[in-house]
Amino acid sequence: MSHLSERPEKPVVGVPLPHESASLHVTGHALYTDDLVQRTKDVLHAYPVQVMKAHGRITKIDTKPALDVPGVVRVLTGADVPGLNDAGMKHDEPLFPDEVMFYGHAVAWVLGETLEAARLGAAAVEVELDELPAIVTVAEAIEAESFHGARPNMVTGDVDAGFAESEHVFEGEFTFAGQEHFYLETHAALAQVDENGQIFVQSSTQHPSETQEIIGHVLGIPSHEVTVQCLRMGGGFGGKEMQPHGFAAVAALGAKLTGRPVRFRLNRTQDLTMSGKRHGFHSSWKIGFDAEGRIQALDATLTADGGWSLDLSEPVLARALCHIDNTYWIPNARVAGRIAKTNTVSNTAFRGFGGPQGMLVIEDILGRVAPKLGLDAGELRKRNFYTPGQGQTTPYGQPVNHPERIAVTWQQVEENANIAERKREIAAFNAAHPNTKRGLAITGIKFGISFNLTAFNQGGALVLIYKDGSVLINHGGTEMGQGLHTKMLQVAATTLGIPLEKVRLAPTRTDKVPNTSATAASSGADLNGGAIKNACEQLRERLLQVAASQLGSSAADVRIVEGVARSLGSDKELAWDDLVRTAYFQRVQLSAAGYYRTEGLHWDAKSFRGSPFKYFAYGSAATEVEVDGFTGAYRIRRVDIVHDVGDSLSPMIDIGQVEGGFVQGAGWLTLEDLRWDTSDGPNRGRLQTQAASTYKLPSFSEMPEEFNVTLLENATEEGAVYGSKAVGEPPLMLAFSVREALRQAAAEFGPAGTSVDLASPATPEAVYWAVESARGAAKSTGGAELPADASALSHA
Amino acid sequence: MVAPQIKVNGKETPISPAAPHTTALDFLRERGLTGTKEGCAEGECGACSVLVARPGVNKPTDWVAVNACLVPAAALDGQEIITSEGLATPGADGTAPTLHPVQEEMAVRGGSQCGYCTPGFVCSMAAEYYRPDRCGPCGSSKAESNGHADAAAEADAEHGPNGFDLHSLSGNLCRCTGYRPIRDAAYAVGAPTAEDPLAQRREQAAPEPVATTYTQGDSTFVRPATLAEAAQLLRERPDAVLVAGSTDYGVEVNIRSRRDDLVVAIDRLPELRELRVGDDHIEIGAAVTLTEIERRLDGSVPLLADLFPQFASRLIRNGATLGGNLGTGSPIGDSPPVLLALEASLVLAGADGEREVPLAEYFTGYRQSVRRPDELIRAVRIPLPLSQVTAFHKIAKRRFDDISSVAVGFALDIEDGVVRKARIGLGGVAATPIRALAVEEALEGKAWTAENVEAAAQVLKAQGTPMNDHRASSEYRSAMLGQSLLKLYAQTTEAVPS
Repeated sequence: MSHLSERPEKPVVGVPLPHESASLHVTGHALYTDDLVQRTKDVLHAYPVQVMKAHGRITKIDTKPALDVPGVVRVLTGADVPGLNDAGMKHDEPLFPDEVMFYGHAVAWVLGETLEAARLGAAAVEVELDELPAIVTVAEAIEAESFHGARPNMVTGDVDAGFAESEHVFEGEFTFAGQEHFYLETHAALAQVDENGQIFVQSSTQHPSETQEIIGHVLGIPSHEVTVQCLRMGGGFGGKEMQPHGFAAVAALGAKLTGRPVRFRLNRTQDLTMSGKRHGFHSSWKIGFDAEGRIQALDATLTADGGWSLDLSEPVLARALCHIDNTYWIPNARVAGRIAKTNTVSNTAFRGFGGPQGMLVIEDILGRVAPKLGLDAGELRKRNFYTPGQGQTTPYGQPVNHPERIAVTWQQVEENANIAERKREIAAFNAAHPNTKRGLAITGIKFGISFNLTAFNQGGALVLIYKDGSVLINHGGTEMGQGLHTKMLQVAATTLGIPLEKVRLAPTRTDKVPNTSATAASSGADLNGGAIKNACEQLRERLLQVAASQLGSSAADVRIVEGVARSLGSDKELAWDDLVRTAYFQRVQLSAAGYYRTEGLHWDAKSFRGSPFKYFAYGSAATEVEVDGFTGAYRIRRVDIVHDVGDSLSPMIDIGQVEGGFVQGAGWLTLEDLRWDTSDGPNRGRLQTQAASTYKLPSFSEMPEEFNVTLLENATEEGAVYGSKAVGEPPLMLAFSVREALRQAAAEFGPAGTSVDLASPATPEAVYWAVESARGAAKSTGGAELPADASALSHA
Repeated sequence: MVAPQIKVNGKETPISPAAPHTTALDFLRERGLTGTKEGCAEGECGACSVLVARPGVNKPTDWVAVNACLVPAAALDGQEIITSEGLATPGADGTAPTLHPVQEEMAVRGGSQCGYCTPGFVCSMAAEYYRPDRCGPCGSSKAESNGHADAAAEADAEHGPNGFDLHSLSGNLCRCTGYRPIRDAAYAVGAPTAEDPLAQRREQAAPEPVATTYTQGDSTFVRPATLAEAAQLLRERPDAVLVAGSTDYGVEVNIRSRRDDLVVAIDRLPELRELRVGDDHIEIGAAVTLTEIERRLDGSVPLLADLFPQFASRLIRNGATLGGNLGTGSPIGDSPPVLLALEASLVLAGADGEREVPLAEYFTGYRQSVRRPDELIRAVRIPLPLSQVTAFHKIAKRRFDDISSVAVGFALDIEDGVVRKARIGLGGVAATPIRALAVEEALEGKAWTAENVEAAAQVLKAQGTPMNDHRASSEYRSAMLGQSLLKLYAQTTEAVPS
């Protein structure tokens, strides 16, 4: 067992605990960024001036009418920027643009004494523009060859030979929608200037260091003059990895120019129309199978809808390519990627970061072609699993460690969920119900953990022990509900050998731990946990020396367990508080900076080869749905999941991540429907589903009626802190089982062996058309013809 | 006269200097009660849910959860509200508060992740916790639930073994948990103890409505004391905006920044608050909330009982009224298709008296009706007896709390296998809700057989001119009209899940 993964006696990790802020959450005392406004004096409110056209060059911005509105203090425009007028890292994202690039683009910000004054001021700003043609959909971008950024190619084996040897070859296309993050807390920041002219910004950000960096470059000041703090977020899901920076920079700019605190908080409509989302994709593919249904070759092109600027689209695309194999060995593959440049919001990170999109392509292919191969879809999937001992590598050349967990989780799900018997029950139910059909599907996942870009795989921590024995930990990760802070407290208590109550955690701030990576890529616990463990180990080593001298033994023989130091084979004890006080008087340093870097990673973006991932997370899910043949409406009757989190750091937190990720994934694949105005009318490019009333998230009615989540046992991951695995993103992709179960149920309305094409999201309407197509439109008197206009078919 | 004020968590709090349009949500937050959150500002997410003391159905007072983002603070003059902060018992001298039983269950079962939606869930859950008829025989025993079928099987898919109705949380959204631990918490709460002050509060009368005139600048909020006062005000000020639960108007204020000089609240007018079951009709006051109708009719009008669980969410139904749903004149309101099928009529009242208008003749165009600006809807009348075969089919993306793409209300009399009478109301197919007269004709006098139903379904499919938008394609909407009749037929002849 590795040093990193080994757990000491009576570890605090592994104990199921509720979220460390649970009591504050339920009483409403937990503070979020915008709650601080009420505790701050003389705050100005910032409100965006959005231009409601999809594309156009700005010819005039007249701010004077806004200044005439009572309560308006100042209007911020590009002319006010002392540094770099850019909100991103790619320098293609002007904070105050000369060109409106999407419907709702903010071109100026109004500062007001009240939000109402700022709003009225924003409405009074006059903007004129020369309208330009707008590209709204990926299909239009492909047609116009409107792309930006990298054009990666992932090649393995000999694709042409693979097709030549294939018994069955299929081709197809699949366009699927993106997803709105819909964190319950919208983007928010509060900026203040201190007595020394330094900037302090509290921001709802997953990436405080980058928020700091961008505020610095916008204001033209070095990073040490900017401090960013994030108390907690009301959800992030990737939506606050890149997108908060520009907004925070606007608040900081306003504070710098006026000397007063400046607050912004997007309302829901603004958040939906101004911030990026999960990338929707277009894919075209050709796949070859041998006579037994084993994949021989895959040739595919994935086109991500990047929106107007690059943001994180390149790494998202890279991860999509790196996950098109999912759990399947593809000996010969050629997968091309490109990023469509469209006049829509700049799409960004979202839980899974392209991985779900890549995996959806292969899962959709297998679901569609299984009937054509005469195979049960589950059987087809199983035949293509990576298998141990074969030396198989991914299409980008990384060996797959622990591939047996693919089949193991699948098999455990089959057993836990009683699949064989339920399949018989479902067959009987379907035979007895002409208008209602049930479907059951199992799908698995393999998800690579680590940032593709090797440099990001580092973390830092600062651990302070006060002389009364209490411990304060700081780390670079942010809390967005995923329970990172809970896990970090458990890691610190475990390493130091003290009770959890001894440890507190300070808010995430850039002046405690510098140069942090985004809390993203599921890596928060791996990186920051590694760093905290490292800091605590340094402190523990020093304290063991002190304890050894007090206990009259050697440091190697001393253990600190549950806050008491003991020497092996001796009855003498030294309580933690006494040990710490003694150490202080012996002038032993009681603080330590911790650091962690993930070893063994390498990645060549040019050749698109390497081993970018430290390990893979695995899991399988079985979902049963029931579809109403009259309407296409459906219910999720039962879900069973077995998921691999290594040895869990915090089982209650991890199960929460699995369940929440699954339902969020189900939302993406079934219910959540981003619709843009693609007409040539005056509102071309407008997001039509820009409110909670039109963009529907899963609610209680989408929760699986029966929901069983099991964590894979004896799953130690040698390469991560205390044998655990990352959990934030992978479970989202277990929701493919929902989509495949809907496909199964729709097929049940047709003759045996019906292949079903299903739009994504599979809304009730999309399922209805799939059902209609399965049973043949002519057979049903009440049924309608399929709409001729393909756009009516959701995203088919 | 006392300046307008609200008793918040037991403390009288003046409404001034809030603007008359200021929502209860912003009012609370501006006073430092930031536990109440804004997630959507349109009554969809429930992050702003708070408890209001209202006249009770089974006890003098009910604790009712509402969306604070929709209700103007001025509408709560003289009322009592409890927020998530007020549910916990404060600790002495700044020590940690003692959690309310609902908060305790949410905390220990992992019901919060990011925590932003949590205070709203807690308030919605607390309202259901205090519902007097929730627990029935379960007493104070603490029900155990592990989220698996065996525990839930005691009740049904949407009720816990402790009587907890999951629909009470249908207006709350959580983006993190996937809901399972929240359901576990809801199904684990016991009964309030005898010492619980909020349980005791139910035994006393609810606060009376307070006649209010609250002006800031050019804008005024008025709550008249009587129908006569309201009617007089409407005559003098045709620009006045009538609000009841504010569940529609609040969205206009928040999302479309609507501001009006005069808002007149009519939701507590005694003349609009009666519900009477007579010999030949039922009269439902226009300002009786949907929740009150649901509980007081208690299933005696099956078509309405079908409607309510599909009508928005519990949080909305706690404020929304039939008067409001009809008054806005939306073509996709959920109640008109049902009320059309029930052959309801409206009692319109003005300074000159009352008149009764059949609902089928009420709507004249998109959000337009025969109601004059100086009239208000006083009551809805549903004639008796009721047809035996009724159903409400709502087509939407989401089962809980969504807006319909099309909706169909059916009320049929079928005797000896023959359709004697058919009344069918449609929503979402035209500029106004309409009766499907041609379909009614196609069914009446015919045998209730698959063949005849399929023929009528073809007629139904062609009703109106459904639109093509982000909710659904026009093809799907049309198809769903026909399908609704086929489904009704199947439901009358075979076991089909509703």
